[in-house]
Amino acid sequence: MCLGLPLTIVEINGKNAVAQMNGIKRDVRIDLVPKVKIGDYVMVHAGFAIEIISEKDAMETVDAVMQVEKVISDEGL
Amino acid sequence: MERDTDEIISMSYGSGGRKTSMLIEEMLLPNLGNDKLNVLGDGALLNTSGNLAFSTDSFVIYPYFFPGGDIGKLSVCGTVNDLLMCGSIPKYLSLAFIIEEGFEIENLRKIIDSISKTSKAAGVSVVTGDTKVVDKGHGHGIYINTAGIGERIPGIELGKHRIKKGDKVILSGSAGNHGVSILCSREKLLEGTIKSDCAALNKVTAAALKYGDKVKILRDPTRGGVATTLNEFTEGMNFSIEIDEDSVPIDKDVRTACELLGLDPLYSANEGKVLIIASESAADNIVNDLRNIEISKDAAIIGEVVDYIPSKVILKSTLGGKRILEKLSHDILPRIC
Amino acid sequence: MNSDIKTIKSKIDKINKIDRKINIMEVCGTHTMAISKFGLRNLLKDKVNMVSGPGCPVCVTPDLYLDYVYDLSLKPDIIIATYGDMIRVPGSEPHRTLENAKAKGARVQMVYSSMDAVTLAEENQDKNIVFLGIGFETTTPATATAVMEAKNLGLNNFYVLSMHKIVEPVMRLLLEDKTLKLDGFLCPGHVAVILGEDGFKFLEEYKCPGVITGFQMEEIVNGIYTLANCIENGDYKVKNEYKSLVRKQGNIAAKNIIDMVFEEKDDYWRGMGLIPKSGLRLKSDYRDFDIEQLYPIDFSIKRENKACSCGDVLKGKIKPDECRLFGKVCNPDNPVGPCMVSSEGSCAAYYKYNNVL
Repeated sequence: MCLGLPLTIVEINGKNAVAQMNGIKRDVRIDLVPKVKIGDYVMVHAGFAIEIISEKDAMETVDAVMQVEKVISDEGL
Repeated sequence: MERDTDEIISMSYGSGGRKTSMLIEEMLLPNLGNDKLNVLGDGALLNTSGNLAFSTDSFVIYPYFFPGGDIGKLSVCGTVNDLLMCGSIPKYLSLAFIIEEGFEIENLRKIIDSISKTSKAAGVSVVTGDTKVVDKGHGHGIYINTAGIGERIPGIELGKHRIKKGDKVILSGSAGNHGVSILCSREKLLEGTIKSDCAALNKVTAAALKYGDKVKILRDPTRGGVATTLNEFTEGMNFSIEIDEDSVPIDKDVRTACELLGLDPLYSANEGKVLIIASESAADNIVNDLRNIEISKDAAIIGEVVDYIPSKVILKSTLGGKRILEKLSHDILPRIC
Repeated sequence: MNSDIKTIKSKIDKINKIDRKINIMEVCGTHTMAISKFGLRNLLKDKVNMVSGPGCPVCVTPDLYLDYVYDLSLKPDIIIATYGDMIRVPGSEPHRTLENAKAKGARVQMVYSSMDAVTLAEENQDKNIVFLGIGFETTTPATATAVMEAKNLGLNNFYVLSMHKIVEPVMRLLLEDKTLKLDGFLCPGHVAVILGEDGFKFLEEYKCPGVITGFQMEEIVNGIYTLANCIENGDYKVKNEYKSLVRKQGNIAAKNIIDMVFEEKDDYWRGMGLIPKSGLRLKSDYRDFDIEQLYPIDFSIKRENKACSCGDVLKGKIKPDECRLFGKVCNPDNPVGPCMVSSEGSCAAYYKYNNVL
């Protein structure tokens, strides 16, 4: 499945790392992004970070995916 | 590894002998006891008024304990909610356990405690029950069945035959929490705060039913999620339901987890939500009233009943395109309830 | 958000104003799904014929492999570890699925990462764990890493069935098929993350425009818009519209890992027969982890369901709803071919997202 979501790396232990987004954490392998640092955003696919993404681009993707929730009162009923 | 036999359930707990009595007297009665159950008759003798609703459900969920609940809480809420959806006030439950030899007694204690707390909060009493123990390897830990009796509210008639074009579809809160929560805890995929929404819906259905015959149908979207339940409404009928994708409330962490796991929240189970179809004239007021209740604070109108095509559930997407939402064909998540 | 919708809609309007009708192929199953889901096929149908290509790795796997996997799973010493997609895919007969094998007692474990399969091997020393390595260049590094890890751990019960395929040879085959009249390619975004812009330079040999695109609605619409302009202007330099992730040379670490563990082989594609140098097998250093060494595949057995038109659908020769089984005998509840059951299958996309009006 190509769909991936950008996650932030919060912990690194050798080739294993923990990445998070919106409070959800998951384990990822960083073999394919050896230069990654804590705080970097990565695109994750099948448990592997496949590339580092800039924060700006990451946030745009996150916004698009999450379809930033409209405040219900704006909607009217 | 030798275990102290008092720590686990053995075959003799199901034999009807001393150990069974101990189970009943030391664990079940203190927590669940009431004047009807305490008699310990072959059946419970009940007084009810008016017409009745009757429902049953079995619970095989794994893991037994999950964020937001456990199999005990679920076994009460599941049947209580089914009775509420029928337009009745839940009163009495039966409770049957099938326990696998080797199941830890401490876990059973916790489950019974949970059943006790949940029943009290939902205003139901457990009045009769049964316990069986099966050989190791012939069950999976614990299975629970509950059946329930509710007293039908006079003047309330709910059913899909009452649904008409123009009626609005209301969802009492965010979609998909239970299914996603279970998948995450079972597969240990993601750590996070996604909790099952497992809850008894007494207050929510009561708030809706204050509007009497303006409410056409109630149903809790459990297995298969909102999409599957909406299909149950439209199946075989000459109307369809159109849902506005952007109006469906979905919690941010659920949406994130769904994106990461490739799930669709519209097909993920809910155990503390209700779909309500109501007349257009009452829909806004119903939503306002629901929003004053904690577990339905995110209630929203998510769509309406249309008749330009029969028997379908249609999703209007952000770009304005429309597509059909089929019933879930297979469960990617077994043992979800 | 609303202004973004307006921008997207205006791009769609512009695409619909181009001079002649064009044929564009997407070769990524996730693109196929997304295009259907966003209703783009319909919104653009006047000017753009969106043809779904062989972008779903499960769908292009011939029955030969699927039948082999089914039979393998039923062996008592085997545990199959696989991505979820493979579990309901039928082989040459509808009952030959891993799901059914599991009901018959086979051990089939769904995993989200290839590394979970390695852990499974560590935890089940008395069994042989076979990881189904499927996918294009995006997932190949994951399989390669798992094999390397298994070697480092000295595991003797971890195996891989490599069904990995390479995208370039099949795209060349399609470009050389004049009956398809393809005007341009929407290039797979995450394959491009690995291969880079350089990985698609070969399109220029055919003077065929190509745009590397992401997966969000706006990214896909922009990609199609750019491709339409390139086609109109005869601009066949490969364009990268996924610059946030796709570098010119791709992900070098990933490419190196693939090179270390895999080598090219001629391989069978559903409906397209043998395509030279289009598949991957484990290099000799890692041959001990190849399940085909333990249980060889019999390539002489040819079983394929004659009525299933997956092959033609994958080449873009027919649309899914032009297959005579579509929606009738073949549907998500009773899939005849993988295109209907795979989460990236063209037939599944059409069935799930068919438009009302």
